[in-house]
Amino acid sequence: MTGAVAMTEEEALLFGSIEELSERLWRGEISARELAEAHLRQIERIDGEIHAYLTVVAERALTQADAADRWIARRRQEQGGPVDVRRLDPSERLVGIPWACKDVLCTEGVRTTCGSRMLESFVPPYSATVVTRLDEAGAVMLGKVNMDEFAMGSSNENSAFGPTRNPWDLDRVPGGSSGGSAAAVAAGEAVFSLGSDTGGSVRLPASYCGVVGLKPTYGAVSRYGLVAFASSLDQVGPIARRVRDCAIVFEAVAGPDPMDSTSAPGPVPAVLPTLEHGAGGVRLGLAPEYFGEGLSAPVREAVMGAVARLEREGATTVEVRMPHLEYALPVYYIISPSEASSNLARYDGVRYGLRRPGDDVVAMFSRTRRDGFGDEVKRRIMLGTYALSTGYYEAFYLKAQKVRTLIRRDFEQAFERADVLVTPVSPSVPFRLGERVDDPLQMYLTDIYTLSVNLAGLPAVSVPCGFSPEGLPIGVQIIGPAFAEARVLQVARAVEAAVADQVADRRPAVAVR
Amino acid sequence: MQERPTLAESRTAREGLPAGWEVVIGLEIHVELATRSKVFCGCSTEFGAPPNTHVCPVCLGLPGSLPVLNEKAVEYAVRAGLALNCRVAERAKFDRKNYFYPDLPKAYQISQYDRPLCTDGWLDVQVDGQTRRVGIIRVHLEEETGKLVHSTATIVGSRYSLVDYNRSGVPLIEIVTRPDLRSPEEARLFLEELRSIMLYLGVSDVKMEEGSLRCDANVSVRRPGERRLGTKTEVKNLNTFKAVERALRYEAWRQAAILEEGGVVRQETRGWDEASGSTILMRTKETVEDYRYFPEPDVPPVELDPSWVESIRRSLPELPSARRRRLQEAYKLPAYDASVLCEHPALADFFEAVARRTGDPKAASNWVMGEVLRLLRAMGMEPADLAGRETWVAYLSEVLALVRGGTVTASVGKEVLEESLRTDQPPSAIVRARGLEQVGDETQLVQWVRQAIAANPDAVASYRSGKEQAAGFLVGQVMKLSRGKANPKVVGELVRQELGPPGRG
Repeated sequence: MTGAVAMTEEEALLFGSIEELSERLWRGEISARELAEAHLRQIERIDGEIHAYLTVVAERALTQADAADRWIARRRQEQGGPVDVRRLDPSERLVGIPWACKDVLCTEGVRTTCGSRMLESFVPPYSATVVTRLDEAGAVMLGKVNMDEFAMGSSNENSAFGPTRNPWDLDRVPGGSSGGSAAAVAAGEAVFSLGSDTGGSVRLPASYCGVVGLKPTYGAVSRYGLVAFASSLDQVGPIARRVRDCAIVFEAVAGPDPMDSTSAPGPVPAVLPTLEHGAGGVRLGLAPEYFGEGLSAPVREAVMGAVARLEREGATTVEVRMPHLEYALPVYYIISPSEASSNLARYDGVRYGLRRPGDDVVAMFSRTRRDGFGDEVKRRIMLGTYALSTGYYEAFYLKAQKVRTLIRRDFEQAFERADVLVTPVSPSVPFRLGERVDDPLQMYLTDIYTLSVNLAGLPAVSVPCGFSPEGLPIGVQIIGPAFAEARVLQVARAVEAAVADQVADRRPAVAVR
Repeated sequence: MQERPTLAESRTAREGLPAGWEVVIGLEIHVELATRSKVFCGCSTEFGAPPNTHVCPVCLGLPGSLPVLNEKAVEYAVRAGLALNCRVAERAKFDRKNYFYPDLPKAYQISQYDRPLCTDGWLDVQVDGQTRRVGIIRVHLEEETGKLVHSTATIVGSRYSLVDYNRSGVPLIEIVTRPDLRSPEEARLFLEELRSIMLYLGVSDVKMEEGSLRCDANVSVRRPGERRLGTKTEVKNLNTFKAVERALRYEAWRQAAILEEGGVVRQETRGWDEASGSTILMRTKETVEDYRYFPEPDVPPVELDPSWVESIRRSLPELPSARRRRLQEAYKLPAYDASVLCEHPALADFFEAVARRTGDPKAASNWVMGEVLRLLRAMGMEPADLAGRETWVAYLSEVLALVRGGTVTASVGKEVLEESLRTDQPPSAIVRARGLEQVGDETQLVQWVRQAIAANPDAVASYRSGKEQAAGFLVGQVMKLSRGKANPKVVGELVRQELGPPGRG
């Protein structure tokens, strides 16, 4: 199924799947150091144009790569020869695999900016649980990637350090807020990445950049060390070029964490064993509320095209209704700023990050926050402060929580009839840089199909399903019931296989020229 | 903004309320819980460590850190609530209280708003022999903030301020009473009783000087018989029991004075200033602070299993009021003794052990209230340090036996007890080694008496001129000569025998 164009060895290193690269590593055909160096070269070569990375940690990466090489050598020695990759413990699949970390996840000794002036100089003394888990799995972190400031945005234009560009068209946005994570993976600057998804921030950039992004069930992955935007909505999720890669990374980072009391107890849901089960017999729920006004024709065609192909594979479709979906956007824009206004209050200049001096404490607080935060962050802090204040709390915050329950119930009812819901990820293909920056409401509408999933705490994946006529990627969203990651990934894998003739092995020109 | 009342001098304030006024007081008490680790992380709660050594990403509120509830803190809070006769919620939750302050790392405090752990209790206090029941509105659990250290005495005018976050995240319960207290003295007695209860429960060391017990008071005055409450002020910084009583007395008087002058009491927050003996304005309440409470999304609601709550209820120790009653009945002690001994559980335990061992409760009580407390102070110790000191029980019991049996005099007994406790040697060994047995041998005593008479002609003359008390002086001289070993009763007889009846010059 490889494309017509022959891959160079360098391209094979940069665009291989986790399993392919892992196999070559364990067979001794390549070393983790070579693999890391190839990625560092790619970053050096093209990141000036894309600006996915905020911080590259070459030295740290090579140290980790060398440790991975020693790990593999030790295992080979124990076994007296090459390790049979098929018998490899799943936990060892990530040994030596280079990845990119969204700059919203704390990394011990590596600055963590959240795309903000406020934290430009912040070097955390500890790592997020997910980062520690990847470190322990032997993965190689290449650096920290760009994002909308404090994960607020849909285009990556809110980064204090300048926007990331979409590798498929450098004039267009990569989507936000995990735009750096998705762009890096799409451009061969990392094999996979981690993003965070509060209202669609993993799925939207994955769709815009033509990669796979999973937003797990709330609580399936620890939030410890994830700089909080809206605590009840935030979730860490993997981004990769293949569904299988996404599944491998999810298994590596998921599972209960004693440091996060909202993390779900019980063992990590296994997703790999059922991944290749196909779409046969799967009931795909289609809700008209997702296909109404505002949806662009190319997106509708691509999504419905994918549905048609799944039907040919034996899936059935059922119509479901989501009567409260229309309230998801206003509810989201009350709850998330409310929590954000509280979560971001700690950036006051007292202990770390930016500090602007003032004659008294209040002056110091307000000058620091005036200079440290960008417009979008300030806008949401104001919204949230207002919504939580006495006299408005019941009218806004409390009411929004009640509607949130209704939206959750809509999903529950839909899943009585359907195994998964299939929806667009975004109403349109990636828009041009600057196109929506002056119109916050228009920008907020970009996430209209994704944020209800966060309100309900459900798992959902964005998987490429086609390209627009101008060659821009389009993703389809598969939503499942809580903790049904295996099911959504299985359907996503079926989509991936079904549209392979249109999608597979297409790579952004900037990445391979 | 100084508004000293013009009605009267501060003399009036010291003496209390002007006639014809009633004071209404409600208390908000903060008690730091004595858990080993903090309420949302594993850091130590130990007091007095070098600044910022007991901190981690969670209690510093670093970006990305998350709170994990310490179950022991919940247990302690429930224990306190049950001892205050509260109802324990089946489901409680935590909320964020948002405000900016440099000692508050997250700019919000995780606290409890509308679903606290415990509600609707009461506590009885004895005031002038009467029982007064004080309602408890709620007991909730929250986290402690850090501590500011200013370059000068206050934040205003300081060139810089430093923050110590060791205390940040220490579990705290807030106990809120109904406005049921009717005098500053009642407020103090209530606090003292509450303090004892916390000690008995073992949930806090309740040291006001270390800030583990803090109190704010809501004060208003009204004409007796009036049902409506007057405008209240909140008085803060009450960090000794004495300050509570003095501050409330001052504040009640201040308000009454304003009203008598035809003025209006303003709702405001005032601080107690020990130096001037007055309350001073901290801030007016014209703009009510909006804490923007909302449910803490990082801490799941707490389900309190009723059987678990029952097991805590069953494990409650005998509380001070019950123990006072029991000590009075079982040991036939006066009420005063019982109340002093029961202030601290370790003190009462110590007393009971000595009383059982000696079979002489009244002597045990006298010695524990007198000598033992004095020695503790002298040795820089506290009643809590008596806990588990079995040898001390043995030593005091032995001293009591030595005194009772006439082996040593009471004054020698005190001396021996002190040495015994300081050197950890049995009293009998000390008595033997230093030859401190009471001397009853008349020949020796007569010799000392004569020596004293010879050395003090003035006293003798005075006695002879009819001043009976001069004999007492001479007895004292003999005791000195004998280094306390002489039997004072026999010496008294011998002095009179040697000098004859007084007034016979």
